[in-house]
Amino acid sequence: MVKKFFVLIILVFFAVMLLPFAQDVTPFKELSQTATKYVKDGPDELGGANLVTSVIVTYRGLDTLGEVTVLFIATAGVGFFLRREDKRKEKKKRESSQILQSGSAFLFPLILMFGVYIFLHGHLSPGGGFQGGVVLASALVLLLLSRSATKINDTVLHLVESLSGASYIAIGVLGLVLVVGVGFLDTTILDLGEFGRLLSAGAIPLIYSFIGLKVGAELVGIIDNMRKDQS
Amino acid sequence: MTIITILGFILVLIGLWGMLTQKNIIKIIIGFSIVDTGVHLIMVSIGNLKDRTAPILDKAVDKTEALTRVVDPIPSALVLTAIVIGLAVTALMLSYAIKLYENKGTLDISEFKELKW
Repeated sequence: MVKKFFVLIILVFFAVMLLPFAQDVTPFKELSQTATKYVKDGPDELGGANLVTSVIVTYRGLDTLGEVTVLFIATAGVGFFLRREDKRKEKKKRESSQILQSGSAFLFPLILMFGVYIFLHGHLSPGGGFQGGVVLASALVLLLLSRSATKINDTVLHLVESLSGASYIAIGVLGLVLVVGVGFLDTTILDLGEFGRLLSAGAIPLIYSFIGLKVGAELVGIIDNMRKDQS
Repeated sequence: MTIITILGFILVLIGLWGMLTQKNIIKIIIGFSIVDTGVHLIMVSIGNLKDRTAPILDKAVDKTEALTRVVDPIPSALVLTAIVIGLAVTALMLSYAIKLYENKGTLDISEFKELKW
């Protein structure tokens, strides 16, 4: 009873604390100064139609690098905690039904293709590396759920993850090395191309593809770790 | 302030209530996710401009009129980052929960007294 009272007090204090902030949030009428620069110069500087992608991959590329690192650390943590003993008892599981097996076999390549589509078109349409990676992972999760005998090859998973992560860094470093005047993670090292085409916007599609592969591999790793642990 | 901002704050409070009152660890994690969603809503609503469209240039939104037609792209980018981080943190918390359950055989938070003082 006392505890509930304290919780109530804490919540009320929190609400009172948030109230002035909530009142102060006035919707902007115009774009802020930074946003104005990004919207005005972004399409010509970077050639990407999706301005959010331009912000994430190039203008705030370092933040995205940090984000990928956080995701990697979390995956490593999950793998560390759910590390299982090698001699696990193989329980015989009931096979899933024919409908589930055929359905997942039909959907698996389609979902995979959709994921690749999303991260390849990250600079043109809504989507990008992170979203595409999640779709890729969802295809494999479908396979894991519908066929309990599926085994994911850890070596391939780790290879994909580390290679794409290393390539991402390598492209970033290329910006420092190749051309004078551009910095780390600059995507203008490649030709900008024609605005709105698939192969345009410099290195943005390349970087987003690597991010997509990395995120997909990491998420499949997380799900695989959790699944193995309970079998 | 807009209705979406208010809804975001309400979600934050609901999540906080869940984290403070629930005994089940999984429910606490769900409360955390609700706080997460609320914060995302607030951030998106700050960057939102009335009667404007997504910051993606195509046939509908020309390069020249983009300044007056699109919303702020920076909060969207921030929320994209925050969603991915939230996913990673939730996965990590769930693996903690799995380990705790293996050790104690229960998910009741009041059973874990080792760090209480």
